[in-house]
Parts: sequence; C-alpha cells; structure tokens
Amino acid sequence: MTRYLRYLVPLAIFFILVAFLYRGLSLDPKRVPSPLVGKPMPEFSLPRLKDPAATLSDSDLKGKVSVLNIWATWCVSCRAEHEVLLQLANTGSVDIYGLNYKDERTKAQQWLQQLGDPYVANAFDADGRTGIDWGVYGAPETFIMDKQGMIRHKHIGPLTVDALNSTILPLIAELQATP
Amino acid sequence: MIKQLVTILALCLLLGTGTAQAGVTLESFKFNTEAEEQHFKDLIEELRCLVCQNQSLADSDAELAHDLRAEVYGMIQEGNTDAEIVEFLVARYGDFVLYNPPIKPSTYLLWFGPFVLLAIAALLLLRSIRRQQKTASNEISTEERARLDALLGDTTSSKGKDQ
Repeated sequence: MTRYLRYLVPLAIFFILVAFLYRGLSLDPKRVPSPLVGKPMPEFSLPRLKDPAATLSDSDLKGKVSVLNIWATWCVSCRAEHEVLLQLANTGSVDIYGLNYKDERTKAQQWLQQLGDPYVANAFDADGRTGIDWGVYGAPETFIMDKQGMIRHKHIGPLTVDALNSTILPLIAELQATP
Repeated sequence: MIKQLVTILALCLLLGTGTAQAGVTLESFKFNTEAEEQHFKDLIEELRCLVCQNQSLADSDAELAHDLRAEVYGMIQEGNTDAEIVEFLVARYGDFVLYNPPIKPSTYLLWFGPFVLLAIAALLLLRSIRRQQKTASNEISTEERARLDALLGDTTSSKGKDQ
C-alpha cells in the first residue's frame, strides 16, 4: 500500500493543480465583484445630460425596478453595447437610467441623437465623483436595483444579448413581481 | 559573446528601472510637510489600481488612478485617518484595492495556507528522517551475525575451491 502511495500522492496533487488551473482559465481577472451588490444604492444628485438645469438623483430611481448604465462616448465597448440597451428599452420591462461618466456634454448628446436613446434620463458626471461612489472602474458597467433601491446585480463590461436573456431579463421580471 | 550578453542584460535592467520610474506621474499635490507627503505616498503605494491591476495607485497612470489619488489626497487634507480612507475605498471597490488583504474567514486560506503546508512538509520530513535513522541504527542479532559469517566464509571457501 505504502509503495503505491508514493506514486498516488504526487498524482493526486497533480490533478488538484490541474483542476485549479483549469478553473483559472475561465475566470476573468478584470471582473472584480462589487461590494455594493446587496446594499442600498449610493446617494447622488447630478445635473441631467439634456437639461443641465434639472437634476437627477437616486430618489428618481427608487420605488420601481431600475437600471443604471454607466457609459461615455470615449468608451469603445459602450458603442457595441448600445444596441443591446436599445433592445432592453424596447422590451418596456424596466426604466433605464444613464450615468454619463467623465464625458463631454455635446458629444454625449450627439451620440444619443445618432444612435438612439434608450434612457429615461441621464445624469452628467463630469468629474467622475459619482462614478467613484458607485465603484466604477471601467465603463460600461450596469447596475440593477429593486423597488427599494437596493442594488441587486452588477454587470461589468458591455451588455450582451446572451447576458440579457440569461440573467438580466429574468432578474428584472423577478424584481418586478416582488412588491 | 558572454560580454555582449552581459551588456545587453545590464541595458535591459537599466531600461526596465527607467520605465518604472517614468511610470510614477504624481500630480503636483501640495503638502505642508515632507512627512505628510511621505505619508500620502506610502498610502497610495498600498492601494491597488483596478484598471491596471498589477500597479498600485502610486504607479498607475490610468484615469481612475488620477481620480482616486486626488480623492485620497483630499481625504488626507480633510484630516481623515488611513483606516477611514481605506474603508472608503473598500466600501466602493472591495478588498481587491488592498495589496495587504485583511485577515477574515474568506482569507484564512490565503494567510494561513502556506504555514499549514509548511507544517505538513515538516512533519513528512521528520517522519522520513526518523525512518531512515531507524534502519541505519538497526544492529544485527548474534544469529544474523553467525549467518553472515557463515555466508561470507562460504564464498571465500567456494572461491578457494574454484581456484
């Protein structure tokens, strides 16, 4: 028995290592889980993108299921994501708000005119201070809040049709069903 | 040939340190004392940039690193303690921002795993040393000695016969 052990132990260690390395292949180090999930959304109050005189604040997002999408015109993958956002808006299942992050107002307004506007309203975060409160470290990022204003999900990176169908739409439906 | 290699290596090292130093682009923050400046530098050295994940806030030139450095600077000027500043960042970005992760149940394996492995290795080593000592110090009994003598005697006598 001990004679076999001397061969079996290294073999077992090898397979454990392989299992860990294999798992590592499918992990993306860029996706850092947000500590904000499960917490109330950070307070904010910012001028709106289209009407600087009006403000958009966290209270506008409360009392209903809401989506907050962080985007900017300098963000390449935001353009790729835009189509999916329009698709989500078309389902009519949820109000999508935008946080226009460290952007130029005129460029952002042009973007929405050219590509279509999926947002109910956009907050204009010129210095990125609100972005920091939301733990933003790279646009695009998308948060889903329940009716109490609790953050229930964070999607890092561009939204995809796949993510929409597999996680986001089912979650929204579930949150809409709960009071 | 070897000389050339050494020169190339030395050059690489020089260039390497050169770029590393060039990476530190601290904004012109104003400090009242040198100790205050050092304190700020030490703190941002301990915090990880989320954009370039292998760089600290001090090293990174990412947009977010600029913003977070300004944030940390502002908080220091307002008289916040290091713990408060770290807590501020952890609340937003998670433990990931810390190069020095806190000791808590989810990091026990990280902190104590190496020592557990070391203890296991030490135990195994001790056991194998003990086993070796045991076999080495095994004295043969008188019966075995007699048998050994007989065997050795046999070979010499048989050898003698052959000759």
